[in-house]
Amino acid sequence: MTATTEATGGPVVAQQTAGGMPAHHIAIFAGLLVLLIAAPFFFYPIFIMKILCFALFACAFNLLLGYGGLLSFGHAAYFGMASYVCAHAAKVWGLTPELAIICGTLVAGVLGFLIGSLAIRRQGIYFAMITLAFAQMVYFFSLQAEFTGGEDGIQAVPRGHLFGLIDLRSQESLYFLVLAIAFAGILLIYRIIHSPFGQVLKAIRENEPRAISLGYRVNRYKLAVFVLSATLAGLAGATKAIVFQLASLTDVYWTMSGEVVLMTLLGGMGTVFGPIVGAAVIVTMQNYLATFGAWVTIIQGLIFVVSVMLFREGIVGVISKWTRKPL
Amino acid sequence: MSDGVILAAENLTKEFKGFFAVEDVNLSVRRGQIHALIGPNGAGKTTCFNLLTKFLSPTRGKITYKGDDITSMSSADIARLGLVRSFQISAVFPHLTALENVRIALQRKRGDSFDFWRSQKVLSAFDDEARALLADVGLSEFETVNASDLSYGRKRALEIATTLALNPEMLLLDEPMAGMAQEDVERISALIKRISANRTILMVEHNLSVVASLSDTITVLARGKVLAEGDYATVSKDERVIEAYIGAGHG
Repeated sequence: MTATTEATGGPVVAQQTAGGMPAHHIAIFAGLLVLLIAAPFFFYPIFIMKILCFALFACAFNLLLGYGGLLSFGHAAYFGMASYVCAHAAKVWGLTPELAIICGTLVAGVLGFLIGSLAIRRQGIYFAMITLAFAQMVYFFSLQAEFTGGEDGIQAVPRGHLFGLIDLRSQESLYFLVLAIAFAGILLIYRIIHSPFGQVLKAIRENEPRAISLGYRVNRYKLAVFVLSATLAGLAGATKAIVFQLASLTDVYWTMSGEVVLMTLLGGMGTVFGPIVGAAVIVTMQNYLATFGAWVTIIQGLIFVVSVMLFREGIVGVISKWTRKPL
Repeated sequence: MSDGVILAAENLTKEFKGFFAVEDVNLSVRRGQIHALIGPNGAGKTTCFNLLTKFLSPTRGKITYKGDDITSMSSADIARLGLVRSFQISAVFPHLTALENVRIALQRKRGDSFDFWRSQKVLSAFDDEARALLADVGLSEFETVNASDLSYGRKRALEIATTLALNPEMLLLDEPMAGMAQEDVERISALIKRISANRTILMVEHNLSVVASLSDTITVLARGKVLAEGDYATVSKDERVIEAYIGAGHG
């Protein structure tokens, strides 16, 4: 046991000199898709949809933490607020689900812009604290505001008809909509990471003063990735509201911000597939260990401690190290 | 504005709660020269550098670059004018490959890269140029190696290649030889000499033999103030400089 395994400890970065998606990434994405198309025949579809929503949420968070190097401790604000707005739009305004989801997502983006433009002025722990403080304000707002339904939340959200045509009360239709949203979202994040923008983002994460000295106005890049991350977290939250037909305080509470950090670190921060694995593991644990009641939190905490002690790079990070392939 | 001066500082001062790290420094760097900033530890050399590139804001004083006042500009905007600095500790992007490191700088030619929807394939347009720059500093065979895995001397060479990728008119090098093995010192010295051909260089350096062999002008700082200025022969004979370096009572 060495305490100093890799002093720098940075995340594994996809090395793509020529550009384009490397073959093993295409294979993994294709495999995931096949698996997920087959999954509802073997597992409870709502359970898989929950994993998909959280996988997207964690990937959005990882975009900010793993690639932007910014630890937000208030991502529940975007996830939860989008969930409320989507639920409200579907239930009260009677919008079709896709429009309701878009409303929620956009509101999360705007909220991300407002909070982000203030938070990015500070670094490290101060950044985390500012995002947490704002998220707590959003929580308080959600508790007090009329449209959120306070302690009750917004219940019995209608799933409606997609584009006014496809009845989402059908489990299969809903499942494939959620699969499409999550997959498209994750692929978009993949593209962001592997874009010219993503390249600058990594440079800023790796060495901010150097990026500045090369003439990059780093705060604009940080704000851009913050807004992208908040928007995609919102997409996940809004989708979840349609799936569970519910928007509640749980999704906007600070423990939700903590949970997404946990998923990302457990799966592997700064890896493409880590957050998906992290989300799947945590959601599965919460579902199957639900009978233990409050003990779930303790078991979750222990797993987190063990993972940080034994494999700091996260599940996928470790696999990536073994196989010497960026995942 | 005297002729041929590219970068000038007037009464540059930085005060940290009553302590003057840099006090009333006047500096004129002439176009095309290699200008060295030397002085004992704590003389304010690096602070001076940080002020000139706006990584620190001066308490008072004025900085002009090519006749324009840049005192209130941001660091990134100063870099965009062609005044590019290096850092004391090697400034590479550790988890990017050598090629990617250089490409980050070349990518600046596109202007801002906010296009997150586009594949990074568009960046391969810069690959040939990046390879040429790597070849220039002797790093051709390392283009796919992560910068973190390069030796110290090679990291510095990579840093220079990255800086050169911006084709800056003026370079500010903060201790380019710090912590380097002797053979690396010679290699980097030769490289600095070569790249100075059509550029202006201002460097902070402790290695006096490097300073002696490379610089046209030397400014000696001590306790935040300019002690002496001139070529090596002049400066090295200056009583006050000898005293500041060796201490009084050695003569």
